[in-house]
Amino acid sequence: MTTIVLLSLLGLITLITGLFTIKRYILPIVVSGLLVVFAIHTSSISIINENGPMFNNMMKFDQFSILFSGLILLLTVLIVFQTQKFEGETDIPLPELLTLFLFAITGALIMVSYTHLVMLFLGIETLSICLYVLAGSRRSELSSNEAAMKYFLMGAFASGFLLFGITLIYGATGSFHLAMISAQIQNPAIANSPMLIAGILMVLIALAFKVGAVPFHFWTPDVYEGSPTLVTSFMATVVKTAGFAAFFRLFFLAFSHTPPMWNQTLWVICALTMTLGNITAIYQNQVKRMMAYSGIAHTGYMLMAILALNQVAVSGILFYATAYALATIALFAVFITLQKNYKLDSIESFNGFAKKNPFAAFVVAASLCSLAGIPPLAGFFGKFYIFSLALKQQNFWLVIIAIINSCISVYYYFRIIVAMYMKKAMDEQTIEIDRMSYLVLIICMLASLVLGLFPDLILSLNA
Amino acid sequence: MENGISTITQIIPPNFYLILSSLLFCIGIIGVLIRRNIIVVFMSIELMLNASNLLMVAFSSYRSDGAAQVFVFFSMVVAAAEVAVGLAIIVMIYRNIHSIDIKELSKLKW
Repeated sequence: MTTIVLLSLLGLITLITGLFTIKRYILPIVVSGLLVVFAIHTSSISIINENGPMFNNMMKFDQFSILFSGLILLLTVLIVFQTQKFEGETDIPLPELLTLFLFAITGALIMVSYTHLVMLFLGIETLSICLYVLAGSRRSELSSNEAAMKYFLMGAFASGFLLFGITLIYGATGSFHLAMISAQIQNPAIANSPMLIAGILMVLIALAFKVGAVPFHFWTPDVYEGSPTLVTSFMATVVKTAGFAAFFRLFFLAFSHTPPMWNQTLWVICALTMTLGNITAIYQNQVKRMMAYSGIAHTGYMLMAILALNQVAVSGILFYATAYALATIALFAVFITLQKNYKLDSIESFNGFAKKNPFAAFVVAASLCSLAGIPPLAGFFGKFYIFSLALKQQNFWLVIIAIINSCISVYYYFRIIVAMYMKKAMDEQTIEIDRMSYLVLIICMLASLVLGLFPDLILSLNA
Repeated sequence: MENGISTITQIIPPNFYLILSSLLFCIGIIGVLIRRNIIVVFMSIELMLNASNLLMVAFSSYRSDGAAQVFVFFSMVVAAAEVAVGLAIIVMIYRNIHSIDIKELSKLKW
């Protein structure tokens, strides 16, 4: 609760500082503000007794929400670090850009701590409305306009489904509280009523839209490609994590006693998402589109944890989301610089990069290995953990599909590595990366390595 | 006023509201899928949101529970915020391509 209030205040302060000519200090203010919020957030677990239900039982800051909010705050710090070099890339001034990021994660924090469907709706909308603006923040460029428009129409369409689904669930169970819904669903007459089934289906569609799961994934590649790259990086990491946490929380707290039909539906969505994401990614030539499809594939892996629906699955999703986000942020941090240099979106812009900037090339290669799931990096352990979780649930075939998919994904991740280390560069000039990005790269690299070697650092948080 | 609502709820069964809202919702979906003018698509989305609002209020008065009516206020506020951003995006696009036809926006494809 304090976290959300402080974050909104920080957003307002950032907006006001834009009025004054203290541009140099804005980034330090926001970064230190975020770190202070994070510190208060983590200390509030033990010091203030905040863990009870609040706002008339509409939100609850339990362990789940504290862990995911912490992750979201830290990932945002990594994104915000890169805004300086990004400033010329958008038509939005820096303070407004940062404010939008801050308000967006306020929505994300609500999404991970709701216990009432109103808060789910409000959280998703707060996040999405900021993102529509961010996606279109390069006003003069047509691709950015198109991305904003597509994202907006698809997002609003999905919100319509979400709202109608919530209404039908309310009609069937008579409550918006997750605990009450869960109690009502235990009654078979309600659990099998067509109104509830239609309601859950619509909410499922809306959430699948938000996390980009097949068959509602088609907007992701277009939006990722058209948006400014930093915003893409934000969408692929922070927003996806928040969407997943909301998805999991809803099914964990409200629908864990639903008939097995829903598990089968999720099973099919999960298998399709992995397969389609990976196979389509092979054919992509543009880095951002490839990363969009790879993100869809990773959504599929994370859905496997939602199938399990228990306390262990929380650690699984948390770990996987961390590993995926660290690798993705590092890759995009380098790609932003390359894109600026060559004005190219294709994989060719990585050609010969190992000679031009060996350190950055090494970090990119390590991140890609982490995404592909090669030990000892964090991505390997994340996959291992989620697959073993699915095996415990007897989802034997799903694990086989997932492993085949992991093998396929190695192919397209290694295309970039091959381009960096074996292909000839287009020109001779070296590529310099600014200090802030170096910092981000070092943090991401170290974190993936440490988490890969000592996964208990995160897993023990959710004891 | 109290009496008025309760007599109406006695005469009209809730399924009528359910059918009406579902119809409105479906009209909204069809509008989003087949219309090419962005503004009309936009209006169709509003129709979808308002169909849910209508159903929410209907359920609320049948259950005589205020929670859903409060939700309607929230969803109206959210819809207004969405309209503000959405219209701004449409204006931005119109300035660039002098058209609001959705077919003009097909640069991003694989």
